[in-house]
Amino acid sequence: MSVSFVEKLECPRTELLFEESKPLFNKDQAVSEASRCLFCSDAPCMQACPTHINVPLFIRQIMTENLNGSAKTILSANIMGLSCAHACPVEVLCEGACVMNKEGKEAIHIGRLQRYAVENAYAKGINFFSKGNSTGKKAAIIGSGPAGLSCAAELARLGHEVVVYESRRIPGGLDSTAVAPYKLFSDAALKEIAFIQRIGIEIKTGITIGKDFALSELEKQYDLIFVGIGLGQDSLLKIPGEDLTGCMGVVEWIENIKRNNSFNPGSIQSAAVIGGGNTAIDAVRELKKLKVPKVTLIYRRTEREMSGYKHEKDRAAQEGVEFLFQTTPLEILGSGGRVTGIKLVKTKGEDGRLSVVSGSEFNFLCDFVLKAAGQEKLSGLFSQIKNLKIENGLIKVHPETFQTDNPKYYAAGDCVSGGEEVVNSVADGKKAAKAMHQSLLKGK
Amino acid sequence: MADISINFAGIKSPNPFWLASGPLTNTAYQVMKAFDLGWGGAVWKTVGIPIVNVYSRYGGLTYHGNRLVGLNNNELITDRSYEENYKEIYQVKKKYPKNALLVSLMFETKQEWKEHVKRAIDSGADGLELNFGCPHGMCERGMGSAVGQEPKVLKEVTSWVLEYSTVPVLVKLTPNISDIREPGMAAQEIGAHGVSLINTIKSIIGIDVDSFSPVPSVGGKGTNGGYCGPAVKPIALHMVGALSRMPGWKTLISGIGGIQTWRDAVEFILLGAASLQVCTAAMHYGFRIVEELNQGLSDYMDSKGFKTIEEFRGKAVKNYVEWGDLNLNYRVKAEINPKKCIECQLCVAACDAGGHQCIHTSQNGTRVPYVDQEACIGCNLCSLVCPVEDCITMKEIDLGKPYLTWREYQKTAVS
Ligand SMILES: Cc1cc2nc3c(=O)[nH]c(=O)nc-3n(C[C@H](O)[C@H](O)[C@H](O)COP(=O)(O)OP(=O)(O)OC[C@H]3O[C@@H](n4cnc5c(N)ncnc54)[C@H](O)[C@@H]3O)c2cc1C
Ligand SMILES: Cc1cc2nc3c(=O)[nH]c(=O)nc-3n(C[C@H](O)[C@H](O)[C@H](O)COP(=O)(O)O)c2cc1C
Ligand code: SF4
Ligand code: SF4
Repeated sequence: MSVSFVEKLECPRTELLFEESKPLFNKDQAVSEASRCLFCSDAPCMQACPTHINVPLFIRQIMTENLNGSAKTILSANIMGLSCAHACPVEVLCEGACVMNKEGKEAIHIGRLQRYAVENAYAKGINFFSKGNSTGKKAAIIGSGPAGLSCAAELARLGHEVVVYESRRIPGGLDSTAVAPYKLFSDAALKEIAFIQRIGIEIKTGITIGKDFALSELEKQYDLIFVGIGLGQDSLLKIPGEDLTGCMGVVEWIENIKRNNSFNPGSIQSAAVIGGGNTAIDAVRELKKLKVPKVTLIYRRTEREMSGYKHEKDRAAQEGVEFLFQTTPLEILGSGGRVTGIKLVKTKGEDGRLSVVSGSEFNFLCDFVLKAAGQEKLSGLFSQIKNLKIENGLIKVHPETFQTDNPKYYAAGDCVSGGEEVVNSVADGKKAAKAMHQSLLKGK
Repeated sequence: MADISINFAGIKSPNPFWLASGPLTNTAYQVMKAFDLGWGGAVWKTVGIPIVNVYSRYGGLTYHGNRLVGLNNNELITDRSYEENYKEIYQVKKKYPKNALLVSLMFETKQEWKEHVKRAIDSGADGLELNFGCPHGMCERGMGSAVGQEPKVLKEVTSWVLEYSTVPVLVKLTPNISDIREPGMAAQEIGAHGVSLINTIKSIIGIDVDSFSPVPSVGGKGTNGGYCGPAVKPIALHMVGALSRMPGWKTLISGIGGIQTWRDAVEFILLGAASLQVCTAAMHYGFRIVEELNQGLSDYMDSKGFKTIEEFRGKAVKNYVEWGDLNLNYRVKAEINPKKCIECQLCVAACDAGGHQCIHTSQNGTRVPYVDQEACIGCNLCSLVCPVEDCITMKEIDLGKPYLTWREYQKTAVS
């Protein structure tokens, strides 16, 4: 019997303080929303989805109240259709491509409809997929994030023996440890994983490949290996004071929120998040939703140059987040080992060329600092794999097959792309599986 | 401001909107409330030998999330006693002398008809409506649509009523026949003062795919009922039009079937209706909808400069012709306005499947399609599926040829 990871979640988790920003539709809401869909021919939404879910079809199936059919349409294209329904930045993907936008009408709420179909089908306990006829071939998956799970699910459906190795106690990668709780709760992510397990894949947690289990051993036991280990720890700012209590990496902090209640928002008066990407925006919104009185995002470049989505930044501003643009930290200030503020300096210059404005230093008072300057690249494991080609810390793969320069290894997800969305990892993990399948069959 | 009052064969009404005989006109409470809110008249729920109803009675057609696009019912005629009905009719008429109050009747024997024509008129009825239209339950007992489907029987029963009645008599027609002109003509020939149409259409609104019972399910079984509401309007319009344009037709028509807005009402009037009856729409939204009906009708008339309803009643009748009288030299072709197009490509799919395979996706990298003007047969399908208003229009093309009907064309083809 497969392990139930939902039960391994600690109960008092900070994430439970959040409210969902897009709650589950009821039937009436879903059917009337689905009825607005035009059922476009050669639909742009379907093109915009990296996993190319047949959006018009699944929406039509909701309209006709065939929820099982709808969920099957979604999941056969995207095995993590539930997570994606919650986590995808639909504004720039399917909903952004909806033709309704062109007429000045509200785009169809594709994400919420997708959630409605899959969540209801899952509530009935339906397993849509089963293991294919056994091929006698074995594949190991390193990392149980979206890339690894998507690859594993596809390989199992094609009849291969699949074991997923995960260093953490609970699987899911960033999908279960990092996605903002108002979008997706950990238990929802883990419930989805339970359905993926039931296709017939084994997930072994608490095993770090290359440390607890040697690669050479893995190579012996499996015909092919897929690497989906994502990225590493939060990058350092490399300024004095980073080790003060009250200063931490953003991904680590969000993982705490999603796993336990060690974070005490009540003790904080003013929080600062340093960075301009989506993770930084997620973090300021999370802090605000946790009722921290003053929350400030500090970004060294201009607003226009932020890599985070504008719609998310606008929401943060509406929620009361303050912004300091063209400002960069020089030192985290503290007393008695605790953060008391940041020494900042203004910057100038646009489009890459950045310089500090001399004499513009000032002290910003705050008692909590999150560093959102990106995640480190994982190089430890890579160096143990023979012939692996690494560029800028990322694994180099064939663009269609996702095979690495070492033919036994395939890779996809953040460790290849440098960090995209859940849905991209799902799409690429599946493509890799298809190519691995071809290779495994040839080897028979 | 336009005068929207009517005089229907002597029955005066402050506006043409009457509640149709049905669940809205069961009691004095309802009819009084309706008159207070602005209804011009009401046709009392059909009085007859009291019956018993089943639970439940209604089934609704929900389409794309829109409820009651059609309604189906298996309600019978009144389930109240004669005494209750006539007493309340009297109360209403006494309190509302200016509103039109008609009483719908359904009986079997001549003796019964005689008695109740008198009792209804004594209670104050301004007119009588003979229910020859109910398509369920009553027809199995030889009444309702069983009468409306047999012109001979219709004539006989109507003649009894005309013999005893001192007020105008309207015959309510059933649409469950192959040619509405036959019962219509029968009613006119025998001297009815008006006809009301349509009553409901025999129908099964749906089957419960889990219990295998028609809906509404009465303990696991269902029956056919009468269909009404917005979905039946096209059928009703045709039947009203078919009577209006029949040579020799002169009887007044009370138009019924799917009327919900002022525009529906105007359409019925343009096809000749002299009063309008509403059932489903008021069941759905309540009596208050009459406000929109009265105001909309009046505003329409003002915008067109019509002072009375008679001024424009029947104006569309002469334009309702046989297919063989249409102009074969009239041409339209579809044209897409690329500025409005939202690139859904529904027109491409529709024309490819059910049109003439002449809308194509552009080569220039946009998703805006174009129409091959040569191949377009002007069928109109694309402009109907296009979700954007006025994006696909049917442009008239002048062939420079005279009006040519199929009849004329055949003659020239033969010679
Ligand atoms: C804060 C934050 C918020 C985000 N929010 C969103 C969002 O709202 N929507 C969205 O679509 N995307 C979001 N993303 C991005 C998304 O989560 C990632 O793109 C996606 O999860 C990447 O999937 P992956 O499988 O490549 O890697 P990961 O999800 O990182 O999974 C890799 C897994 O491999 C394991 N692992 C690593 N090394 C080893 C080893 N040696 N042996 C065994 N296991 C190992 C890790 O423990 C981890 O579980 C967010 C990312 C972050 C950081
Ligand atoms: C529940 C119900 C009961 C009805 N009962 C009668 C009736 O007793 N007598 C009658 O002549 N018509 C009856 N009708 C028919 C209506 O008067 C009317 O002809 C028909 O509903 C079409 O109009 P509509 O589309 O506005 O509903 C009934 C209709 C409904 C929905
Ligand atoms: S149906 Fe209308 S909006 Fe859609 S592609 Fe055709 S012309 Fe454009
Ligand atoms: S009018 Fe008919 S034939 Fe012409 S383009 Fe439209 S759908 Fe095609």
